[in-house]
Amino acid sequence: MALMVVKFDLKKRVKLAQTVWFMYWFAVLAGILVLSLGLFFKIELRKRSELMDNNESHFLPNLLILMGLIACGINAFGGKVCYDSLDPVKFAKWKPMLKYFLVFCVCFNGLLLLTSLLCFLMRIPLQFTLAEGIKNGMRYYKDTDTPGRCYMKRTLDLMQMEFRCCGNDNFRDWFEIQWVSNRYLDFSAKEVKDRIGSNVDGQYLMDGVPFSCCNPSSPRPCIQYQMTNNSAHYSYDHYTEELNVWKKGCRDALLSYYGGIMNTIGALVVLVTMLEVAVTVGLQYVNSSLSTLANPEEVESESEGYLLEKTVKETFTDIMAKMKAMGKGGKVEEGGEEAVATVS
Amino acid sequence: MSVGKVTFTKVEREKLAEVLWLLNWISVVTGAILLGMGLFLKMEIQKWQEVMSEQGVLYVPHMLITTGLAACGINFLGGKICLDCADTNKFLRWKLVMMPYVICTFFFTACILAGALMCYNIRSELEESLFLGLRYSMLYYKDTDTPGRCYLKRMLDLLQIHFQCCGNTGYKDWFQIQWISYRYLDLRSMAVVDRLRNNVEGKFLMDSVPFSCCSPLSPRPCIQQQLNRPLAHFNFDQQSQHLNLWRKGCRQALLDHYTIIMQSISLIVLLIWLFELLVLTGVRYLQTAMENVIRVGDPESESEGWILENSLAETARSNFNIIKNLGKCYQVDNDPNINVPAMIAEQEIHSEQVQVQRTS
Repeated sequence: MALMVVKFDLKKRVKLAQTVWFMYWFAVLAGILVLSLGLFFKIELRKRSELMDNNESHFLPNLLILMGLIACGINAFGGKVCYDSLDPVKFAKWKPMLKYFLVFCVCFNGLLLLTSLLCFLMRIPLQFTLAEGIKNGMRYYKDTDTPGRCYMKRTLDLMQMEFRCCGNDNFRDWFEIQWVSNRYLDFSAKEVKDRIGSNVDGQYLMDGVPFSCCNPSSPRPCIQYQMTNNSAHYSYDHYTEELNVWKKGCRDALLSYYGGIMNTIGALVVLVTMLEVAVTVGLQYVNSSLSTLANPEEVESESEGYLLEKTVKETFTDIMAKMKAMGKGGKVEEGGEEAVATVS
Repeated sequence: MSVGKVTFTKVEREKLAEVLWLLNWISVVTGAILLGMGLFLKMEIQKWQEVMSEQGVLYVPHMLITTGLAACGINFLGGKICLDCADTNKFLRWKLVMMPYVICTFFFTACILAGALMCYNIRSELEESLFLGLRYSMLYYKDTDTPGRCYLKRMLDLLQIHFQCCGNTGYKDWFQIQWISYRYLDLRSMAVVDRLRNNVEGKFLMDSVPFSCCSPLSPRPCIQQQLNRPLAHFNFDQQSQHLNLWRKGCRQALLDHYTIIMQSISLIVLLIWLFELLVLTGVRYLQTAMENVIRVGDPESESEGWILENSLAETARSNFNIIKNLGKCYQVDNDPNINVPAMIAEQEIHSEQVQVQRTS
């Protein structure tokens, strides 16, 4: 009792083969799309790897690139098979390996679905990587004379201006680290000595932020220093001041940026998976309709096409039996040899 | 003495028609490119139009947009005509339209050239416009509570950050205007009152700049205040001063930005103009060749094509005469349809006399 049987005459078979061939070419383009999405994501991660401590995982973009390449290959091959299916002589060439190819396609579709799921889930480890990376970046902000870290200031400033954010969670993170290098602090000044003396670690902390935190939409010139001291500035209340510096934290800003990219890629990969499933089903019908021909030479005759040769349950039990047989295969052989030995 | 005479066989004529059909379709694409470039330029100018004192510069993108649309239309029609020209019978349909079409295309091609030259020459007008526009924007920087000017602070800050520039000519322009609003000045404080009194116009001028002038490439945190007194800051040497703020003036930065765009556009438009000229020449040859075939009467024979039937001087003279005669009133002597009995009687007697002489 086959699953989802459809009757085919010659005209219908030709139409099916042509449609599936056409869809396979779309699927090749879809494979190229997945490949380019993987490349794009990889480049975006590389661009900001300094902010992630060079620790970010490139697993997802690499997987996307690999899947894209395999999809291109599979779909090109499938298209060729569909094209040849119209000619019985050429099709006979492909017939033996078609079963294994279809099984491989099914597995590949499963992997593709898994990839799309990963796209939505990889947000979580990225959050931790970003938090760690930005925190370290802020610590090295002042080290513009240390080789290997001298570009951190520029990277952070440009990032804060581009993503309209300040600090890790918010602007107060800058109050907890020393972001002014000792080279530019006048150690003979009383104010500097007091501040350093009052700090446990001997760090120069202040309630100020770098200029890149300033919000251009503010109606007044930016207040960067003595931010928590209301009396230092005329008509200023730091509790109610909303527009002075960016309110958002850079971790959230970057996370929503990368999250958006990953969600889009995940949605597109789901659509590509659906297309792949459709072409696999189409190829299965082409294969089954041609293999059930009573007489392969009589191309005009009718045939049946099906999704599965037996019902789902029977196919499943068949597969389990085969796997068990493969597992027992070694033991049966040994038993046979012993029997032979005892007989002789 | 024709200008550019070439002989065409039937096969060559058909080939020419096919090639011109293809070239006309490519021209439709280039027309679309022209339209796209005009739209792009218009968007770029409108992005920063608040720092330009007048919008006169917009005539360049408008010219490009109209020329692009005209190119698409004219070349679409040209493609249709050229396809029909391969066959003598179909050509008769278009015979009357061909000459006006060629003249129209000639003028349109001249418009493209004018467009390219305009793009190239816009620089001085743009510089003037930017100088005045930036000056006013900086003057109104502090007026964030005045409707109509409240967005200028944000726009100028974003401009300075994006184009990496400061002030009109340099950062010292900010020292000459008051960019802090009175709302944020404590007018009871002695320091503020002193500064206001020191200034002739009662403006609060300082040797400081807004935060958007700061350069992220500087190794030290940005120094915005007391820029005329380097000793007020610790270890503020020449190199630190050089890297601290953006050195370029915004007028120069914007001018460079727009000049690059305009020069690339004008180069592409020049190439499109050369292509259109080529297509126009081909259409002219096809037109004259087909007309000559019809004049000869035999569709299979060879025919000549040319750019101008007579030399340039003669053609100019005859066209000038046509234009001169357009203005003149109806000439009674030459028109046979006017009823002038005396004249007709005279002519009849004369022709009778001639006939009698012939028969005898």
